[in-house]
Amino acid sequence: MLAYIARRLIAIPFLLLGVASVSFLLSQMTKGDPLAALVPERMMDNPEIVAAVKAQWGLDQPLPVRYGIYISNLLQGDLGTSFATRRPVAVDIAERLPATLELVFAAMIIGTIMGVGLGLLSARFRGSVFDGLARIFALIGSSLPIFWSGLILLYLLSVRVALVPGTGRLPPRVEPPPDVTGFYTVDALLAGDLDLFAQALAHLALPALVLGWAVSGVITRLVRSSLIEGLSQDYARTARAKGAPERVVLINHALRNALIPLLTILGFTFAYLITGAVLTEAIFAWPGIGSYAVRGAASLDYPAIGGVTIVGSIAFLLANLLTDIAYAWANPRIKVGG
Amino acid sequence: MSAPLLDIADLRVSFRNDRGEEAEALRGVDLTLEPGKVLGVVGESGSGKSVAMMAFLQLLPPTARISGSARFKGEQLVGMSPSKIRRIRGKAVGCIFQDPLSAFNPVITLGDQIIEAIRLHDRSITRRAALKEAERLFELVAIPQPARRVRQHPHEFSGGMRQRAMIAMALANSPDLLIADEPTTALDVTVQAQILDLLGDLRKELGIGLILITHDLGVVAGMADDIAVMYGGRVVETGPTDPIFYETAHPYTAGLIDAVPTLDADGPLRQIEGTPPSIFSRPPGCSFHPRCGRAQAICMTEDPPLRRLGAGRCACHFPVRTPQEAPA
Ligand SMILES: Nc1ncnc2c1ncn2[C@@H]1O[C@H](COP(=O)(O)OP(=O)(O)OP(=O)(O)O)[C@@H](O)[C@H]1O
Ligand SMILES: [Mg+2]
Repeated sequence: MLAYIARRLIAIPFLLLGVASVSFLLSQMTKGDPLAALVPERMMDNPEIVAAVKAQWGLDQPLPVRYGIYISNLLQGDLGTSFATRRPVAVDIAERLPATLELVFAAMIIGTIMGVGLGLLSARFRGSVFDGLARIFALIGSSLPIFWSGLILLYLLSVRVALVPGTGRLPPRVEPPPDVTGFYTVDALLAGDLDLFAQALAHLALPALVLGWAVSGVITRLVRSSLIEGLSQDYARTARAKGAPERVVLINHALRNALIPLLTILGFTFAYLITGAVLTEAIFAWPGIGSYAVRGAASLDYPAIGGVTIVGSIAFLLANLLTDIAYAWANPRIKVGG
Repeated sequence: MSAPLLDIADLRVSFRNDRGEEAEALRGVDLTLEPGKVLGVVGESGSGKSVAMMAFLQLLPPTARISGSARFKGEQLVGMSPSKIRRIRGKAVGCIFQDPLSAFNPVITLGDQIIEAIRLHDRSITRRAALKEAERLFELVAIPQPARRVRQHPHEFSGGMRQRAMIAMALANSPDLLIADEPTTALDVTVQAQILDLLGDLRKELGIGLILITHDLGVVAGMADDIAVMYGGRVVETGPTDPIFYETAHPYTAGLIDAVPTLDADGPLRQIEGTPPSIFSRPPGCSFHPRCGRAQAICMTEDPPLRRLGAGRCACHFPVRTPQEAPA
């Protein structure tokens, strides 16, 4: 197992190099002109200014040279400088990644608890009114566009009844807690500041719920169908023949087997959300890398796009590895290593 | 004669299909088993053998409707509340299923599955003590290195070893009755005999009653005290083992006996022609008549009742009587 993990870890840099190369080439192939993002419209006819800007950003070099510069910078952890913020992309991302991670973790926790819980009850009482309602709830969660459900909930719960605060991670002019993990909720607790914790949690609640609801939809349906399948398996009959009540058959037997597909879905969902929480971040003005990517794409900020791509890929590869490990743990029939 | 361990009378089961049609899978089955004896239940696929067993243990899906009587140690199981019958399942009645690979949970160690079987009926036994018991049971069914094997998962066992583990689990709470539903069908021919011997020896040693379900009369020949032959959801012939073989009365039983492979047989095996009917399209009259060489007009209209005949009982208008001759 350890050898397997080591081998997978060694492979990650090579995979990343591939991802970086592809993302670099794609960015070079797009039609848009990054100059437009760098040079104000009215200075475009001034050849001196244009040349100076091109030289500054390496835009006047031939493609292979630009590629070489890009990769060698990358190897030193330098993701380039954002055209838009004029700051190193690595710094931008380091600042924004914890916000995304905090949101995604919270959403995953909510989505998993809700999804597994509803899936369990649905399977236990399948065909009942509850089952029907849970399925509708799951269907809505996974099919409603987030920009819609997010906006509606934001309007209802924040604007109309002021149950939750507005957008962002904290109220305006409130200082974030000292940086330890980058998660405001966790850092506030570490600093022993319960007020700040409550504020951070209140801000996190709605976006995490909206995103978590979407996640729970997928999970509810997966858990429900895996459990119902499990309950009709021979091993479930054996358990009943041993005298197990239905609740035990469901949890000790069907759920144990449902963990195998569940872990896979959780891993992929997590990796997907790192860059896929874009809409949620945009609506709730959440300063994560999703909104960074959107802005980067809109302004042809290649270094920013490339940086987010790399970070997203790292998240994806790591989540994939963790998923495989968890999968092997949940499924003794899988032999890893060899 | 002592009071029967299990006394099934007029057991009926019907299933509803998707279109709401109801069909009887069991049409009034009578079976009796004395304590410590072996009853062989024989019949082709679809004759209702499994349904009969699952019915009185209430292990059928909710689409099944069950009526009749099944008394186990005097207690009526039909209509018993779920919580009460759970205390009988796995405790006083152990089950062994056909395919031990699918019958075990693939992601749980065999030891843990046996521990569960024990602790479902007695919470006061610690996990550690239950594991010790699982090891003892593995030893009992001759699984080598029990302390190591209880920590393994089903896929790490060979088919034969897995079925031994299944027997061990069925024996976990010292049952009075074992139900083995085609316990060797999924196994290699070479290990089938070993498993049957083990099952026979253990139940004799422990004084457990056994219902052995099979479609192969040869399997029960050497083991069963009594035999019940099922066809089309009914018992068509039943009685002590020897008369079933040497004074066969029902043409269907005769066909099954002919189909038993023997060492000195030359030529191909003789199978009963045709296939058993589905429960949704059973012929009127005796349901065996379309395949029966002795069928006459009455067989197509009237279902024969199970009547006493010699040492046993038979449901046939024109029973066969093979001459009584003991084998040399
Ligand atoms: N859940 C069910 N719903 C509908 N019909 C069923 C169900 N279970 C069994 N049956 C029907 O009942 C009949 C008897 O089935 P059963 O499983 O008892 O046969 P069997 O004698 O055990 O055969 P086999 O040797 O194949 O195990 C079959 O025709 C089968 O189609
Ligand atoms: Mg069967």
